[in-house]
Amino acid sequence: MSDATPVELMTIAGSRLLRDGRVVFAGVGAPLEASVLAKRLHAPGLTIVLEGGSIGPRMLPGRLPVSTNEMRAAHHASMLTSINDLFLYGQRGHYDYGFIGAGQLDQYGNVNTSFIGDPDRPKVRLPGSGGANDIVSSCREVMIMTRHEPRRFVERVDFITSPGYLTGPEARRSAGLVRNRPVAVVTDLALLGFDEETGRLRLDALQPGVTQQQVQANTGFELLVSDAIDELAPPTQQELQELRRLRDGDPTDVPETRKVTSAP
Amino acid sequence: MTDATDKRMSLAEASALVRDGDTLVAGGCCYSRTPWAMLLELLRAERRDLTLARNLMCYESELFLASGAATKLVASWVGIGLKWGIPKVFREYVERDPAIYEEWSHLSFGLRLLAGSMGMPFLPTASMLGSDLLERTPAVEMRCPFTDQKLVAVPALVPDVALIHVQRADPAGNAQIDGPVYMDVEFARAAETVIVTAEEIVSPDEIVRTADRTAIPGFVVDAVVEVPFGSYPHECHGRYEADFDHFDAYAELVERDGVEGVQAYLRENVDGPGSFAGFLDKVGATRLLEQTRRARELVAA
Repeated sequence: MSDATPVELMTIAGSRLLRDGRVVFAGVGAPLEASVLAKRLHAPGLTIVLEGGSIGPRMLPGRLPVSTNEMRAAHHASMLTSINDLFLYGQRGHYDYGFIGAGQLDQYGNVNTSFIGDPDRPKVRLPGSGGANDIVSSCREVMIMTRHEPRRFVERVDFITSPGYLTGPEARRSAGLVRNRPVAVVTDLALLGFDEETGRLRLDALQPGVTQQQVQANTGFELLVSDAIDELAPPTQQELQELRRLRDGDPTDVPETRKVTSAP
Repeated sequence: MTDATDKRMSLAEASALVRDGDTLVAGGCCYSRTPWAMLLELLRAERRDLTLARNLMCYESELFLASGAATKLVASWVGIGLKWGIPKVFREYVERDPAIYEEWSHLSFGLRLLAGSMGMPFLPTASMLGSDLLERTPAVEMRCPFTDQKLVAVPALVPDVALIHVQRADPAGNAQIDGPVYMDVEFARAAETVIVTAEEIVSPDEIVRTADRTAIPGFVVDAVVEVPFGSYPHECHGRYEADFDHFDAYAELVERDGVEGVQAYLRENVDGPGSFAGFLDKVGATRLLEQTRRARELVAA
């Protein structure tokens, strides 16, 4: 068994979903780390775009950005453009994947990052949409990555910041969301897809060593279950090493100023 | 006779262009290229009843609320950054009275300023369709008159004043931005009044030699203020990296003391030093040079 942490398991599973030659609009945190990992391992031709206007950046190990707008997120980019333009490439249909995190999500993949409780008298105010709403409204295949906990996987979100299937595929269509669709939710326990007929979340594959009961116990609604549940391959040593090097940096690396021109 | 193309002035003089009750838009994004010196100057000048709009807002959100300068905020996201999360006092204010904060999606916010910059009353978008954001903003659903597609119409935002920090500008306000431009160009074009602060004021000849880098033309600019390190403790692309230690200390103070912590921060960093230069003196040259060195490591040669 590998010694991967839950977040590492989730990030590595997410990275494997990204195919070479595509364009991914990644949110900061685990989605960005998954995208950078994919680019470094199996998808060297993956183009990462970030909300602050950065197209095709490469991250310096140990200097991952804390916001998608800062210099670290612009490092070695092939284009730095305006935020409106960055989003409008997406609205035009140029982004294959939209990859976001979620504070709270429901059985239709609707995401809430705005309020816990009644929006007029909220228990907790969350940071808000940022670009997440725009990503789920335009990027062709929407993927969501989050820890698998009952408080996050709720039957009905308190507020729809970023719509998934709303109450089903017809509801999504009639709302005008016709350009794209949610395709996957990646967690530390499982890989979930969406049932085509109902738009509800479906358990497709388990993280290594995790049981179906465990996943259901950490989900606040009844999950649909695929006819043949897969088990995800455990992280390889290479995946783990590369992910940790990205996060923590590597003191034996060449000086950072030289990495600018020698990056892979 | 004064030279009409020389718009140089001090921060204090520029702050007089902002009146109580104005809607302001602040450029940069989150903790990047924020017009920090100008924002602090407005707090020092004790402006009141302001609406502060910014696409991604950092902890200036709660400085403006707790000081009493702003009564309303407009943004798509408010947070100090992934590591520090949502500003605690901002959260308390909004949980008490949700009406003081208007949330848009990031693109919808940007399109409001783009519409303003185009001299048009609205723009259509596919964003916010089907979401609950729609009913909590003045945006409305519409049908395309040509294709009948369902879309969202976002109303133009024409701010009274845009505050923009850039790497260099000439005395007439022709301004150049290195790195991502964020929404600064839309902000500057949409606003009635534009205050540009610049890391350095350069000669018109230097701007002419690199005219393709000019992002904002002087004719939309009303004031130009030279403020080295004018975004600090936020970052300025290619110049200095954000001071995460400063953020850590701030977040710790506010976590512990809440709104009192914000007041203490304002006393120590705004009122106490008496000027932005005084604030930088307090930070010290060693720290500023270190942040400058760190920025150089990130800029491709």
